[in-house]
This record gives sequence, structure tokens and C-alpha cells, in this order.
Amino acid sequence: MNKLKNIQWKNYINYIAIALVLVVFVALTLVGSVSASTTSLLEEMAIKIILAVSLSLVVGFLGELSLGHAGFMCVGAYIGGKVAAVLAAPLGNGILTLVIAIVVGAASAAICGFLVGLPALRLRGDYLAITTLAFGEIVRTIFMNTSENSFGGPVGLSTPRFDKKHFYIICLIMVLITLFVIQNLIRSKHGRAIEAIRDNEIAARATGINITNYKLLGFIMSAAFAGIAGVLYSYTKFNVSSQMFDYNYSIEILVIVVLGGMGSINGSIISAVAITFLNRYLANVLTGNLAVLKDLIYALILIFIVIYNNAPALKDFREKYNFQTLVAKLKRKKASKPDTDEAQVKEDA
Amino acid sequence: MEFLTTLVNGLSLGGIYAMIALGYTMVYGIAKMLNFAHGDIIMVGGYMILLFLPINPIVAIIAAMIFCMILGIVVEKLAYKPLRGASPLAVLITAIGVSYLLQSIAQMAFGSAPKFITVAAKLGIDGKMLHIGGLSIGYSTIITLVCSIVVMIALSLFVKYTKTGRAMVAVSEDKGAAQLMGINVNSIIMITFAIGSVLAALASVFFLLKAPTMNPTFGSLPGIKAFTAAVIGGIGSIPGAMLGGILLGIVECFAQAVPAISPYTDAIEFSILIILLLVKPAGLLGKKRREKV
Repeated sequence: MNKLKNIQWKNYINYIAIALVLVVFVALTLVGSVSASTTSLLEEMAIKIILAVSLSLVVGFLGELSLGHAGFMCVGAYIGGKVAAVLAAPLGNGILTLVIAIVVGAASAAICGFLVGLPALRLRGDYLAITTLAFGEIVRTIFMNTSENSFGGPVGLSTPRFDKKHFYIICLIMVLITLFVIQNLIRSKHGRAIEAIRDNEIAARATGINITNYKLLGFIMSAAFAGIAGVLYSYTKFNVSSQMFDYNYSIEILVIVVLGGMGSINGSIISAVAITFLNRYLANVLTGNLAVLKDLIYALILIFIVIYNNAPALKDFREKYNFQTLVAKLKRKKASKPDTDEAQVKEDA
Repeated sequence: MEFLTTLVNGLSLGGIYAMIALGYTMVYGIAKMLNFAHGDIIMVGGYMILLFLPINPIVAIIAAMIFCMILGIVVEKLAYKPLRGASPLAVLITAIGVSYLLQSIAQMAFGSAPKFITVAAKLGIDGKMLHIGGLSIGYSTIITLVCSIVVMIALSLFVKYTKTGRAMVAVSEDKGAAQLMGINVNSIIMITFAIGSVLAALASVFFLLKAPTMNPTFGSLPGIKAFTAAVIGGIGSIPGAMLGGILLGIVECFAQAVPAISPYTDAIEFSILIILLLVKPAGLLGKKRREKV
């Protein structure tokens, strides 16, 4: 019974962490000591978390490399932003408009996810990667060449802004919803099927898993949440420009997912927060002539972390000095008699 | 007549894409990795030409090629070699890191504003046209076309007839078996990166002949397009990269020649890729690999 409790707490830790952040900042807002830069950082982090968690579903759990996540976000940002801009007049710029925009944005991105999922049934690995990249660029080019009245074309789409000061609350609530849906999907029968496809497609098919359905499901879900992130993004800016959503942005999200650890939702969350913070921090610290150093430092950190985490030559070193073994050592010191069963459960999880 | 001019321009642009695509495809065939930093080697080549241009344009081109070759080898040794045997995704992310690194170094050294690099003027072929029976083609276009054809033939012969070239084919077919036959896989990978980088530097010369500007993110789009070309042709296949590159160049020039669709040029090129992969999942000349249980 005790063990069961342990596992369940672990499953909810990310909801609790985000809810805590939400409560703390709402309390601080009520006192009135949260600066605009902090709320905008929170919004950015929330959007990045949604993007990273949704991409993690495709890359980490379905095992397909996608380089077009910014394309889905672009669809969500433009369609959702347009819906919000149109509805802002009759319905007012409130919750109702936002909810409709999010639903429409997510649905249109999901349709694109379905379209990208179709080639994914025939292609694999790097071929699929270039296809998704191509999709992202196509979407961007199309929105860039729209007329000024429809989606703003090269000037970009003007979008309404929600109550500026409190929008981060909605962003964080959307993070909770995203986590709820994606984590429950992964822990369900369907999620197990998706993971089985990643581990061995042929074996999965042999056990009666419908590969077509689950691959499409993975792409559609992932795209829908990227679309939601896009709608939120369009609300945080006055103007949505297609320049933003180039393949570099997709790669940025992929970097977050890979650094967080493949197939780890919590890892994606932590790395989204860390990288967004690092980016903002470096941008604040390195001003003027030093601004160019930001990208340099970012690139060096990226290369270093990936080599450190993956180089076969460093395997022994990693196993000796990684976070988990350190925690385990500390625990062993604390506990008078080590509970091997519990350690086993932790490792399995 | 306009049709022919566009065709020649397309062939020459296609030659440039083919040259970059060869770098992608050879590295993919041998190291099984997507070298995302390949496009940025083009950019570095451009800036090297800028540095050495005051001396002599020919010297500058050669210097750029040598520098890029060394850069390609250094990047391979420092960033990719430690990850040999690691997951392909890790190598991909490192390559992206290297791409950011090269861009930021270039930005620090040369600033983010575009620089004018007038190779064509220094070579004395700026704006000169060749007229053949009503057809007028720029000298630079012809030089690009001829050079790219020569390079492609030379590379094909190199791969087919020299010992090193055949070793490259062997490594790309089966790394383990090649090693058993006494081929030094590490040095073959190094040579592949060196050749790819030299071709990228050469491509940057031809880009500069077309339009004499260079900025730190210049390499991204040609890099992605050439990568697309390599995939269209069937990644890992050398003739495929040439075919894909030339096809893409022709499509780009014809799309740009029609005012109604010219803004959508990139979208058209990428759509061709997606449609083609749906019909032929391994590209035009790629080998289809059966998955065995």
C-alpha cells in the first residue's frame, strides 16, 4: 500500500509543481509585486513547455524525428489569431473568444498533423525528418504570401491581446491541460501501443497494434497542442509574423526535447524552463557588443551537453557521476537499512 | 528563347545545389548522419574569400577551399567523432550546435550586416554576357555550369576508379565489412568530410558570382535546399544528388520566371519533395532497403 502511494505521487509531481508556480505567482500578482518581464517570461516558458511536451510525444514516444513543429505552431498562431481578431468585435476580447480561438487553432493544426502523418506511414527516419521540415517551410511560405486583408502577408497578422497582466495564468492552465491529456494518453493502452511502435514496429504489428491509427494519432495530438501553443503565442504578441516560425524554431524545440531526455515528459518540462531562462538571462546580461556572445555560449553549451550525455567513450564516467546515482548514494546513507524493493520500483519508473 | 535562358540558368543553379548536395549525400552515406552544419561551411567559405580577395581572386578561392577543408576535418574530429556509435539524434543535435557555433563566430568576426564580396568584378567577368544566336547568358552562369559539370565528372571518376574512392563506397555499403578488409574507416570519414567541405567552398564561389553578398546565416537556405535535393535524388547516392540538385535548380528558376507563382518558389520545391517521397519513398535513385525481422 505504501509503495502504491509512492508511485502515484511521482505521477502527479509535475502537475503539483506547475500548480504551485501558478498559485505563488497569482498570490504575488494580488500583492502586486510581479513585474511585466517576469510574466512575459512565464508566458514564454509555458508556451515552450507545451511545445516541448507535444513534440516529445512524436519524437520521444512515437520515435519519429519531426523537424516541422514550428509549422503546426504557425498554423495555430495564424488561424487562432485570425479567429480571435474577427470574434473580438462581436464577442468581446474575453475568455469566450480565447476558448474558441484555441479550439479552432488546435483543430486546424490537428488537420495539418493528419496530413503530415500520412507520409509518416511510408517514410521513416531521416526521410520523414526532411518531409516535416519541408512541411514547416511550406506553411510559412504560404502564410507569408497571403494578402494583407486575410492573414497580413509579409507584414504579419495583427492579433488582439488578452488582459496583458494576467495572461500567464491562462498559459499555465493550458500547460496543466496539455500535461493532463498527453500524460494520460501515454499511460493509457494507446500510449503503450505508441511506445511499442517506437521500440519495434514489426513486433508491434505482429501483436495486433494498428500502426496506421496510432502513428496518425501521435501526429494529430502533437500537432493540436503545438497549435494551442501557437494560439497562446499569438495572444502574447500584437503581431504574428511568419518569419518567426522557420525551421530554426522547430530545431529549438527539438533541442529542448533531446536535452530533456527522450521519452521523458518531466525532462522536457525542466529543459524547456531551463533553456528559456538561459536564453532570457544571457540576453539580459550580454548587451551591446557582447550580444553576439549569446549564440556562441548557447551553441557551445549545446555541443558540450550532447557530447557529454551521449559519447560512448564517456559511458563509465557518466554512470559513476550521474544525478541518479548521487541521489541513490545519499539515500543509502540516510536510510539505516536500504529498501531494495523500493529502489527497484524507482528504477523501473 | 526565354525558355532556353531560364533552362541554362536553372542548370547552373542546379549545378551549385548538386555540389552542396554531394557533400550531404556522401557524409550521409558514410557516416550515416545529417550534417546540418554543411550549409554553414558555404558561408565560412564566402567570408574566407572576402578576407583573401584583396590579394588575388584565384588565391582567395583556393584559400577558401583549403580553409573549409581544414574546418570540415576539425569539426568532424572534435564534434562528431566522439559521438560515433551514439544515437543518430544526438549527432544531429551536435551538428545543429556546430551550425549555430559557426554562425555566431561569423557574426562576431564580420558583423551581422551583409558584406559585399565582388568576386565577379575582380575576375573581370562582372555583367559580361555571351550572345549565341539571340540567346544571352552571363559569363558567370557559364563558368558555374562548366565547373560544376567538371567537378561532378571528376568526383564520379574518383569514386569509381581510385582506391580511396572505392574504399568510400565500401564503407557506405557496410562499415564493419570494410573495416575487416583493412580499410581505415576513420580516415575515410575524414576524407569524406574534407571533400564535402571543399565542394561547399566552391559552391560559395558560385553563389557569390550570382549575387555578391554574404551574411552569417547565408548558408541555411541553400543548405536546406541542397539537402532536399539530396533526398529527392535518394540520399546516399552520388548520381542521385547530382540529379536531384539539377532538378531542383531548374524547378527554382522556372518557378521564379513566372510572376504568379514566384513568391511560392520555396513552397513548390518542398512540395515536390513531399509528393515525390510519397510515390518513391527512397528518392529517385535511392536503394530501397527491405526491413528484415
